[in-house]
Amino acid sequence: MLVLAVAVPFFGAVLVWAWRDRAFAHWIGAGAAALALAAVAVLPVGRGGGDWVSVGGSLSGGWWHEVEFAWAPSLYLDFSLAVDGVSWPLALLTALLGLLCCLHNALGAERRTAAALQVPPPGAATGGRPRRRLRAVNVRGRAAGDASEVPGIPSPVLTSLLLAVQFASTLVFFADDLILFFIAFESVLLPMWAIIRRYGDPAARRRAAAKFALFTVGGSLIMATGLFVAVADTGTADLGAIIVAGGVDPGISLLVFTLLAIGFAVKAPLWPLHSWLPDAHTAAPTAGSVLLAGVLLKLGTYGLIRVAGGIAPHGAADAAPVLAVLAVLGILVAGLVCLSLPELKRLIAYSSVGHMGFVVLAFATGTEAGIRAALFGNLAHGLITPLLFFLAGALKARAHTGLLGSLGGLRLAAPVFAGLLGFAAFASLGLPGLAGFWGEAFTVYAAAERGGAWLALAAAAAFGAFLAAAYLLRMLRRVSHGPLVPATSGIGDTSTAELVVWSPLVAGTLLLGLMPGPLLDLFGEGLL
Amino acid sequence: MTPGLLLIGVPAAAGLAGLLSRHRRPATYLAIAAPAFTLAMAAICAIVNPRFALTLADFGPIQVDLALDLSGTAAAVAIATAFVTLLVQVYSAPYLRDDPRYPPFAAQVNLFCAAMLLVVAADDLVFLLIGWEVMGACSYLLIAHYAKLPEAPGAAAKAFLVTRFGDVAFVLGVMILGASAGSFRISEVAHVPNGTAAAAMLLILFGCIGKSAQFPLQIWLPPAMAGPTPVSALIHAATMVAAGAYVLTRLIPVWPAHLTIVVALVAAVTMVGAGLCALAATDLKGVLAWSTVSQVGFMFAAVAVTAGDAALFHLVSHAAFKALLFLTAGVVIALAGTNGSLRSTRLRPGDSPLAFWAMTIGLASMAGLPPLGGFFSKEAVLGAAYEAGTSAGVVVFWAGVGASILTAAYSARLWLLLFWRGAPAMETVKVPRAEAFSLWALMFATAGVGMVYYANLFHVPDLHLDLMALLLLATLGGFAVIADAWWRGHRRAVPALDDERDPAGVLGRARPALAAGLHAERLADRTTRAIARTASATARTLDERLVDRTAVEGSARATLAAAEETAAGHRGGLVRYLRLSAAGTLLVAVVAIGVSLWT
Repeated sequence: MLVLAVAVPFFGAVLVWAWRDRAFAHWIGAGAAALALAAVAVLPVGRGGGDWVSVGGSLSGGWWHEVEFAWAPSLYLDFSLAVDGVSWPLALLTALLGLLCCLHNALGAERRTAAALQVPPPGAATGGRPRRRLRAVNVRGRAAGDASEVPGIPSPVLTSLLLAVQFASTLVFFADDLILFFIAFESVLLPMWAIIRRYGDPAARRRAAAKFALFTVGGSLIMATGLFVAVADTGTADLGAIIVAGGVDPGISLLVFTLLAIGFAVKAPLWPLHSWLPDAHTAAPTAGSVLLAGVLLKLGTYGLIRVAGGIAPHGAADAAPVLAVLAVLGILVAGLVCLSLPELKRLIAYSSVGHMGFVVLAFATGTEAGIRAALFGNLAHGLITPLLFFLAGALKARAHTGLLGSLGGLRLAAPVFAGLLGFAAFASLGLPGLAGFWGEAFTVYAAAERGGAWLALAAAAAFGAFLAAAYLLRMLRRVSHGPLVPATSGIGDTSTAELVVWSPLVAGTLLLGLMPGPLLDLFGEGLL
Repeated sequence: MTPGLLLIGVPAAAGLAGLLSRHRRPATYLAIAAPAFTLAMAAICAIVNPRFALTLADFGPIQVDLALDLSGTAAAVAIATAFVTLLVQVYSAPYLRDDPRYPPFAAQVNLFCAAMLLVVAADDLVFLLIGWEVMGACSYLLIAHYAKLPEAPGAAAKAFLVTRFGDVAFVLGVMILGASAGSFRISEVAHVPNGTAAAAMLLILFGCIGKSAQFPLQIWLPPAMAGPTPVSALIHAATMVAAGAYVLTRLIPVWPAHLTIVVALVAAVTMVGAGLCALAATDLKGVLAWSTVSQVGFMFAAVAVTAGDAALFHLVSHAAFKALLFLTAGVVIALAGTNGSLRSTRLRPGDSPLAFWAMTIGLASMAGLPPLGGFFSKEAVLGAAYEAGTSAGVVVFWAGVGASILTAAYSARLWLLLFWRGAPAMETVKVPRAEAFSLWALMFATAGVGMVYYANLFHVPDLHLDLMALLLLATLGGFAVIADAWWRGHRRAVPALDDERDPAGVLGRARPALAAGLHAERLADRTTRAIARTASATARTLDERLVDRTAVEGSARATLAAAEETAAGHRGGLVRYLRLSAAGTLLVAVVAIGVSLWT
């Protein structure tokens, strides 16, 4: 199952690419994503087959399953996969978001085809026409080079790229070998770059894609150095073995942690290494933004918590104050910037910086409650922010603008849509009873638990949650309330297809908010 | 255990389900059935007093429990909450009969009720926080109900943000208490060391001040009148505003004794200040809003003298008369056909005897006339302060007496302005049956709640004869001042709608400032806006200019420039290459010689 969960999206991507001219290509992609989700979902069955760590005679956690194939042993490179309570929820989230993005893309294509069917040009045979037209677009697109791809038209190639991102991310979460981890980590970048570069907002996509790619490659190189130092020190690249052995030598622990942390901090992103994020989000297409927020940022925090914290625990403890101060600065700066941003997607992107600040702060406290809060907040953000991006994308597609100043009255024009936007905003501001609350509240707890100067950080983080409320209510006030404006008058309410795509995120947010217990218990048995 | 879970679960489920429904009829059934069932559950809880805990979230060293503790007093508050919610729902169905957004409204009211019941029943501070903030979110949604009212979204956002600002402190206080005690259970946090408890309780107090609209966070309550009148009844009577005082009563064992003076000062300033504002207010609902602030001040006063039960008694009796007053205000405004401004709103007692008597009973109870509920509960609070013998007790006792005079004065003023200025004759409009039912039920509750005193449900001090006399004297004094001003206007034959007829003239030159709430709202508005704008601009400069453009893109530009330079170096002609090679050779030679000489 472990191999299947990784392999299905890969072959799905290849198949969709191969059949990109067929009308059913979208559905192959969606099917592959659904299969992958099913494969990930059954992983907890029969768990406990791998190395369970026993501390003081009792099982304290460990891998659920392990698979290992030798690949290039001289390079310490093994194709070894493993899953536990920390990585499984993230992999499940990745698979879920992958499926939703593929569905979003496929349904978007359907709608476009249906629209073409409804208004046939006079004298045209309606039968095979939409398909031919789609193919024509693709042919033209390929002929004229990638820059002329029309944005907004859902293309099977986009589905293929989404699956590729899903494949690489799942591999990152399951990798039990540091070199494999690095390879997977890097290979996420390429399809993501292509998604932004080819399907993004035409005005900004080149710049944003280049910035995204260069920034993250820069971070990854530093991270790679850290990984190689760790491998050289311990003589193995087996992540689980290094963690169980207590990490690298304390003498170089701080060096390894710093190198790794810089790399992951770019991806997470941690202030002040975040500036690629708003540009990339603003330029990316909806599905790209969703994966960016829901999956790519998680790679950074997962790496920070599992890899950097796992193989260099002493360094993590030494560097914790720096990390915590940067995280709190990120929370505050992002909150303040959001108070005056004029554009919807950019605002949501910046809010991600704040939320990730909470995750990093919780991790930096180093307490058990802090780690669990970090993992929980990480996952909650992966449900809430993608929902916000889906909504923002749908709103921009309807109103043809994302400027807060030219929106308004959504509550009158599309009540269900406005209700969902309100729900997502409340979830994002950490309303108790929804998923966002537990991570953020217990970040404050973990910081308060440390006492001393950490109390000030706890207070600042709590104030950051207030800022989140302020900017999200400002957003709601501009978008949902007030009289109808030209941009929103006459726009349609949510369609059934949209509700199908969004409802799992809404349900997940509610479920995690009301019943955080099971997930926290999973984290408790993870290998950290 | 089951009734406890159903008590919260049923209205919550009804609220969530109601949000999905779009049709009026099922929404109405759900709206009324859920609180009715909840009321029954609350009654059962009052008998069986469920007390249990389930683990909700395990964070390793500390866990959050789904812990309920419905002791006798908590059950009494739960009954009051469910009762008021039920009557508000019954009242709203005809009140919002032409409103297409009735289904979500009814659902949000149920959700609101569930959140308040959670706060009432919870025995775990983090679990309590869920209800605490969901209540804030529901108040936001309900205050913003009227989509076409331009001030509604702003008022709603203000209500949520001001209370959330208090919650920053509240959350911090809860987390400090929890970290120190190793548990969030209210029964277990009492044992933390004094210094920690002092810091944590001051923070929690600030959160409660925000929720209960006490000084200095009272600014959100008056604008919250933008919501529909039943919402005001709900927020003021039995939920939200009362929640702050309620949580403080639960936490009384944690308070270090020397800090109660802080609560006393907050209560004293609020009671008197809000009383003055109520006397000057120019709007029917405005008077009631300020009166709520002042009355909740009485509850805080009881907390300051560690008389939790007296506070809860006043909470319950206040719930009855304030719900009655607001619902009647909705009827009066509808009958008079105005926007609620006191200048124009007037009726003759005969226009609607029901509205007249409902308003009269409600105001009399608020002013503290025996044998209505307000008299007993106010006497209990003042009696507790009288017996306390601490400096906090002295402060709140005299502030309470002053506030009682003011209460009598603004109640009398409102009554005179509404019903005794004559009015143009109009056809008698019958109050819809469901609305009338709510008013009747609340009238009986207001009249009967004083009997709770004799049921010994709340442990409050015995009635003191001298205190009763003092309280009555204060009330009569308040009436006398207003009556005097009214008669003087009457004798001079000032026209009924003239401003000079208003007995609030006794406030003299301070009146306009008090009517505007001492401009606190505008001041806070301007200050926060200015601070937010400056801070946001600074943050954006820092983030976009310094971090993004200078550091990040600057490094990219520098790299490009270096590349250009290097490339340019490789683009010279033959002569240049020759020169460069010669210079390079020379350099290498010199270095080589130097190194060899050195070693």
